Amino acid sequence: MNEEILISGRMNPHIDPTLGIWGWEIPLYLFLGGLAAGILFFAALYSLLGKEKELPTAVRKATFLVPIILMVGLGALFLDLKNKLYFWQLYTTIRIESPMSWGAWILMLITPLSMAWCLSYWRDLIPNWTWQLKFLEWVEVFVQKYRKTFAWTMIISSVILGIYTGILLSAFNARPLWNTSILGPLFLVSGLSTGAATIMWLSKEKLERSLFSKIDLLLIGIEVFFIIHLFMGFMASNAAQIEAAQLFLGGAYTLPFWGGVVLLGLVIPAILEVMELRGKHIPVALPAILILIGGLVFRFIIVDAGQISQYFY
Amino acid sequence: MRYAMIIDTKKCVGCSDCVVACQNENRVPIGYCRDWVIENAKGTFPNVSIELRSERCNHCENSPCVRCCPTGASHYENGGLVMVDRSKCIGCGACVQSCPYNARYSHPDGFVDKCSFCNHRLKEGKNPSCVSVCPTSCMYFGDLDDSESQVSQLLKNRGWKVLAPEVGTKPQVYYLI
Ligand code: SF4
Ligand code: SF4
Repeated sequence: MNEEILISGRMNPHIDPTLGIWGWEIPLYLFLGGLAAGILFFAALYSLLGKEKELPTAVRKATFLVPIILMVGLGALFLDLKNKLYFWQLYTTIRIESPMSWGAWILMLITPLSMAWCLSYWRDLIPNWTWQLKFLEWVEVFVQKYRKTFAWTMIISSVILGIYTGILLSAFNARPLWNTSILGPLFLVSGLSTGAATIMWLSKEKLERSLFSKIDLLLIGIEVFFIIHLFMGFMASNAAQIEAAQLFLGGAYTLPFWGGVVLLGLVIPAILEVMELRGKHIPVALPAILILIGGLVFRFIIVDAGQISQYFY
Repeated sequence: MRYAMIIDTKKCVGCSDCVVACQNENRVPIGYCRDWVIENAKGTFPNVSIELRSERCNHCENSPCVRCCPTGASHYENGGLVMVDRSKCIGCGACVQSCPYNARYSHPDGFVDKCSFCNHRLKEGKNPSCVSVCPTSCMYFGDLDDSESQVSQLLKNRGWKVLAPEVGTKPQVYYLI
């Protein structure tokens, strides 16, 4: 048998045998970014479609979570930095070639945007509220007046944010598992689906719930299609990508991925939602939680496995 | 000016002197390294061959690490050197992921570090310390834009390869084979 053995004299226990420099922070950040993008996307979409009354959770209630989600996400990104005191260097340049850079900038844009959106609905939450700060009242009135423009900005920036969470990884040609352009759309759809699941979970209206249940079903379908596409692409690609795909087709990540992400995070919630739509009584929290956990595990697995996949030379 | 390093795999004996010289010269913390030696054995017995390679950052002409750096800390310098500006690096790790040769590591002091071709020595007209210390003189350093230079001549007269050219990074460390 033709064999090849590599012996490395690299005395570097901190980076060998793999370069696992990204721990839990980056996958969590990617998950929360996608989730926030999903919620904001639907809020803006249904606000533009004039469904504010019929879909109160999507347009208003769920968005109150977004600033918190984004803060935690940014916190995770911050923790990932090895030189935390220098984080401001991110905001001294815009580097179009670097996804990390425009990710940092899009978050800088979307966080205040989501806060302003929440402010404009604050009186829903506490009807007789009076603002202590004149500025906040001004923001409230401003957003209410220009809601359409705000919604459009939010739709566009949430799609960019959702796609970015995938492109951050797919831009690395050194990691064959990540280096596929389907990762951007796949992470976007997965983010939208976690957003829809959250809205469905929070909603008290029957109509809204069943709408988001249907949306979720559609998104799960697209996700499964993208995942098949992803592996078809790998198998038709070069040796490095075939090797990377093997991690999921018999390798160490086979069970966590097909069992934890595809079955528990996509197929089972889809079945539960179909049953619910057919009139069976199923607690809505169940599929929602499964989808959210599935989305989180998905990011952990992709980030982890990608760091193992390499070129051989 | 276009710096390049050439390493003769036929002369290398795998002693790792280059590794120790670099750790000393560049005060690389214990447990880390900027260069390392790979022993690559392949074939079917009894037709086996062995190749010894001293590896490090390839100072790629099309470097993904410079492209993905969000702050501009990773940058090109004179002669095509790829350098890290420690005062700009936030340690996000993007460049570590982007390098197909795993040449970068995260320094415990909070920045990313890698081979600099001993830029500080080049400025004094010296060779990188790994090149100067090699007991078999299997490493060469010089300017590829000068067609008379030793490195240009070697690439003209000997068979050579670069590592993982399929990734498209255009590495500037050449291996004579
Ligand atoms: S070898 Fe790696 S670190 Fe060095 S220039 Fe190329 S991509 Fe960058
Ligand atoms: S770790 Fe430092 S050098 Fe590397 S990409 Fe991040 S900021 Fe740039």
